[in-house]
Amino acid sequence: MHVLANPGKFLRIFGPLLPWLSLIALALIAVGLYAGLFLAPPDYQQGETVRIMYVHVPAAWMALFVYATVAAASAAGLIWHHSLAFVIAQAAVPIGATFTFLALVTGSFWGKPMWGAWWVWDGRLTSVLLLFFLYLGLMALPEAFDKRERGQRMTAILSVIGVVLLPIVKFSVDWWATLHQPASVLRFDGPTIHESQIWPLFVMAGGFAFYCFAVLLVRVKQQILETRLRRLQLASADA
Amino acid sequence: MRAKRKRLYILLSALLCFGGATALVLAAFDDSLAFFYAPKDLLAAPPGPQQAIRLGGLVEAGTLERAGREVRFQVTDRVESVPVLYSGVLPDLFREGQGVVVEGKLSPNGLFQAHRVLAKHDENYMPREVAEALKASGEWQPAAGGPAQAGAAQ
Repeated sequence: MHVLANPGKFLRIFGPLLPWLSLIALALIAVGLYAGLFLAPPDYQQGETVRIMYVHVPAAWMALFVYATVAAASAAGLIWHHSLAFVIAQAAVPIGATFTFLALVTGSFWGKPMWGAWWVWDGRLTSVLLLFFLYLGLMALPEAFDKRERGQRMTAILSVIGVVLLPIVKFSVDWWATLHQPASVLRFDGPTIHESQIWPLFVMAGGFAFYCFAVLLVRVKQQILETRLRRLQLASADA
Repeated sequence: MRAKRKRLYILLSALLCFGGATALVLAAFDDSLAFFYAPKDLLAAPPGPQQAIRLGGLVEAGTLERAGREVRFQVTDRVESVPVLYSGVLPDLFREGQGVVVEGKLSPNGLFQAHRVLAKHDENYMPREVAEALKASGEWQPAAGGPAQAGAAQ
């Protein structure tokens, strides 16, 4: 935790990891896409359309995973006043928004041929759309304050409160009658996807996760350098 | 240390209150959060003839009749069945035994006039050969029960 708190140490320790993270992300996504699009067999009901799952499901997982990261970093920033926590949270928000958007769009592409509708207002789709808007709100809110620190704190509070949306998204398909199918992978009685179809899903999820880490690192680094630059400019203006 | 602990407790109690409030609201609106009603819910409390609603269930095996673009079938939850009339394009997954959600109005004579039919996909994914093998060995028992009927009807 303390390593994450100090910007200088953070850059020294995590900076050199960037090429490795990028390489692993690229390799996993390449293997995952090839396996998902060519190796995995077509589904008995959906045929080739099932392949949309290999982007849709990992993207939806990332949408939730990144939000959990944003909320955890925000909570750490609010409780321990670590200077870097808000920066990490704020840097992760657009990444989560992108994956949420990707999940919504690919889900729509799947919904049209399978359900017969691009969009329906059921519990799962609506709660994920809310999550997307929450991400957009978290991107916009810091700009609404004159003082940077105040904006960061307010945004962090909204992020932590917004965490109630995560169980709603996850369990919407169990709590209410939805058009979206129930969970196929993360369920108590084990996955309901055949093993020949499920492994590319995990490879893609790993690839997306490493992509998240890599982009997060780039964005945090950029924020740290910008802050340093601003401080230098202020110092030279004073002199 | 004390200030940090205090902030932690404030944050946790704020989250607890907000989470509790959200849970209460969702519990209160439980009925209207459902995307569709099952046949037994629909027949237990029939809506007015002008009220647009969604009915969900399985397309009962052996009830599907096609006449041009017009389709008749029964939607069942294995307790009650509702006859449905629809004219238009059906989604690819539509078949006997499949889960469907139909949008429309319930006529006073008990016929559901649908203006839209959506297919519902269940959580089971498998290659064609595995599905065939399961049917051949009699181990075919997906949780939703839909394809089991389709298997029996084929």
